[in-house]
Amino acid sequence: MAKILEKRLIRTPDVYYYKIGAPLISRRAQPGQFVIIRLHEQGERIPLSLADINPLEGTISLIVMAVGKTTSEMSALQEGDDILDLCGPLGQPTQIERLGTVILVGGGFGIAPLYPVAKAFKAAGNKVVVIMGARSSDLLIYEPEFNEVADRVIITTNDGSRGMQGLVTDALETELRKNRADLVMAVGPAVMMQSVSAATRPFGVKTTVSLNPIMVDGTGMCGGCRVTVNGKTMFACADGPEFDGHEVDWETLMNRQKKYLRQEKDSFETWKRKHSHVLCE
Amino acid sequence: MNKTSRKPKVNHCKTPMPSQQPSVRARNFLEVALGYTAEMAAEEAARCMQCKDPACIRGCPVHVPIPGFIRAIREGDFQKAIELVKEKNLLPAVCGRVCPQEEQCEKECLLGKKHEPVAIGRLERFIADWEKQTCTIRLPEMAAPNGRKIAVVGSGPAGLTCAFDLAKLGYKVTIFEALHEPGGVLFYGIPEFRLPKEIVKCEIALLKRMGVEIVVNAVIGKLITIDEIMQEFDACFIGTGAGFPRFMNIEGENLNGVYSSNEFLTRNNLMHAYMSPDYDTPVVRGERVVVVGGGNVAMDSVRTALRLGAKEGIIVYRRTEAEMPARKEEISHAKEEGVRFECLASPVRIVGDNGWVESVECIRMELGKPERDGRRRAVPVRGSEFRIPADVVIMAVGTEANPLVPRSTKDLALNVRGYIVVNEETGMTSIKGVFAGGDIVTGSATVISAMGAGRKAAKAIHRYVTEHSQQTKKSV
Repeated sequence: MAKILEKRLIRTPDVYYYKIGAPLISRRAQPGQFVIIRLHEQGERIPLSLADINPLEGTISLIVMAVGKTTSEMSALQEGDDILDLCGPLGQPTQIERLGTVILVGGGFGIAPLYPVAKAFKAAGNKVVVIMGARSSDLLIYEPEFNEVADRVIITTNDGSRGMQGLVTDALETELRKNRADLVMAVGPAVMMQSVSAATRPFGVKTTVSLNPIMVDGTGMCGGCRVTVNGKTMFACADGPEFDGHEVDWETLMNRQKKYLRQEKDSFETWKRKHSHVLCE
Repeated sequence: MNKTSRKPKVNHCKTPMPSQQPSVRARNFLEVALGYTAEMAAEEAARCMQCKDPACIRGCPVHVPIPGFIRAIREGDFQKAIELVKEKNLLPAVCGRVCPQEEQCEKECLLGKKHEPVAIGRLERFIADWEKQTCTIRLPEMAAPNGRKIAVVGSGPAGLTCAFDLAKLGYKVTIFEALHEPGGVLFYGIPEFRLPKEIVKCEIALLKRMGVEIVVNAVIGKLITIDEIMQEFDACFIGTGAGFPRFMNIEGENLNGVYSSNEFLTRNNLMHAYMSPDYDTPVVRGERVVVVGGGNVAMDSVRTALRLGAKEGIIVYRRTEAEMPARKEEISHAKEEGVRFECLASPVRIVGDNGWVESVECIRMELGKPERDGRRRAVPVRGSEFRIPADVVIMAVGTEANPLVPRSTKDLALNVRGYIVVNEETGMTSIKGVFAGGDIVTGSATVISAMGAGRKAAKAIHRYVTEHSQQTKKSV
C-alpha cells in the first residue's frame, strides 16, 4: 500500500500529477526507472515511469494521463487514498555520465520522465538542452520545471501556438546542424521515438530511447515486454527500458503494443458507462 | 502381529480418484481431481504393507513418515495423521496434488514392485484437505523466540519451507516477495484446476499465524540489496525461482499471439485473465492453440487454453511421448480432455499475417543416438516441413536464470548458466550467511525438490547462526 500525498490536474482534462509516499522506493530509485502499480483486487498491473524522485521526503512522483480504464480509475483517486500495490524501482537506470551536451526530447505528457534525467545529467556537469513538443500550446506540461534545470528549452507545437511550428524532430535537426551533441535521449510515443532515432542517424549521434511495451510482472519473469534490439530479443523490464534507438525494431514494438487494443477499448467503454458520474465531476 | 495389518487380500490397483468428467472439466477452471472420501482413504490406506524399513520415506525429498501417517488414517486418527505429515511437510495439500509421486515415494513402494503402489499422494492430499475442511489447522509446536532474524527472498515452495522450519526453531522470519501475492510458482504458475489458489492462501495464512512476516512488492536486488539485508538480518535465504522464460529464437516469435508459458499462465493464474472482463488483465483466447514443449508447464498451458475456449489444443514436442518430461498423469489428463499430440516435430518458424500468428511451421524429427542425459537426440528430417494453423502459440521450452539478484550482489558466485553456486551440503553461497536453494540453484525442477532445498538450507542456517553467535560471544 502506498498513499497519494498530493494530486494535481496539470493538464486539462486528463493529465494528473501524483506525489506518492514511498520511502523505500525513493531511497533507491534512479532516473529512467519505473514502477508498477495495481489499484484493486481485480486490477491489472501497469508500468509508470518515475517523473520525480525525492529521497529526502520519501516520495516519488508520477504523471498519468487517463487514457484507459486503469489510468481513469487512478484519476478518480484522491489525496489520502491508497494505491493497493506499488512495486519498484524497476528497470535499469539511465546511464548518467559527463558527456558534454545532452539533448532530451519529449513529446506530449511523455516529457515528464525526462525531468529527473535532466536534473541528473545537469548535476553530472553536462550541458542539457530540452526539446519539448505538443500539438498545441495548451498541451505542454512541465515547462517551468525544465526551464529551471536545462540550459535551454526549445518548444515546438504543431499549430505554431507556442515556440517553433513543427515537430520535435524539426527542432532536433536544426539543433544538430548548428551544435554538437554527445547524446540524444527521447521519451514518448513509439512513433515519435522512432522519428527521433531516424533524425539523429545521419548525424551519428548516440540516441537512447525509453521503450514502453506491455508488461505484467516487470521483473523478467513473463517475457511479455520483449523487444527486438539489434536482432536480439531483450526484455524491456529487466534489460531496459532504455535501448539504443538506432537498433530497435520499431515495427515489432508498435505491433505488440496493439495486442490488446480491442479488450482495452471494451473494458474502458464498460467502465465509462458504469462510472459516468465520476467523469462528470 | 497386529490384526489390522494382516489383511487377507490386497487390492492390486490404487483406489480410483474421483474426478470431473473430461468433457465437462475441459471447459471450466474447477479442480479436476476431486479427492478421496474417508471411505476411499481407508480402503487405500489398507493397501499399505507397513514395511519395517520403509523405502518410500527415502524416496521423499522431505522424508515424510509415510507408513506412520497411513497407519493413522487406517486407524481413523486423522488428527494424528496430519500431525505426522506436517512434522516434515508444511504444504501437504500442495504436494499431495503436484508432487511427481511416481518418481519419488511411490516409485520406492514395495507393493509397487508387483502391483500398483500405494496412492501415497492421494492419501496425503486427503489428510491435508480433511484438516482444512474441519478447520482443525493447529499451529505446530514452536520454540521460544530466539531473537535472531532471517530474511527469505522469494515466497515459492523453497522460501516457504525454509521460513516454516526457521519459524518453528524460534527465528523471526521476514519473506520478501516481488509480486503482489505470495506463493511464487504455486500462485502464478500452477493453474487453479490443478491447485486451487485457496489452498495456497491457506498454507500461507498458517505461516503468518506462526509470526512470519511477508512483504509483497519487494523486488530484492532493486528495492533492497542482499548486502543491505545482511546488515539487518543474521542470515538470508535466496529462493527466487526459475526466472526468465526461454524462447527458441526462431522467426516470428514476437508476433502477437505468441506467449511464453510464464506469461500465459501468469496472466491467467496470478492476474485472473480467465475471468476477464471482470478482472482487468486480458489474454488472447485462441481458437487453435499450439503449445511447444513436453513438460508439466506445457500441459498446464494447453489445458488452460482449452478452458479459455480453444476449439483445439495441440502439443508440439520434438521427441516422442515416452521422452516427455511431464508426469504421466498430466499427459493422460490432457489427452482425455482432447489435446492433440504432435510428437517428433519442432517449430522452425512462426508465420504471421498482419502482425498476428497464422500458423506454425514445423519440421519432422527422428530419434538418433542417446545424448549425455540418456535421452535420445532429436534430429530434423530434411525437407519434412509442414504447417499447423494456429492463432495462439505458447512457448513452454524452459527458463533461464533471472539475473536480478546476481546483478546487484557483488561476490555472489554463479555457474556458467547464471545459476547460484552453493555448497551441496549446506546450501551456502559464496557469501557468508547467504544461502540459496530451489530453481535459482538447480534450474527448473519440481515443487518438492525446491522444498527439500529450503529445508536443507533452514537446517544449515540454524547451525550457521548458532555457531556464529557463539563465536561472537567468545570474541566479546
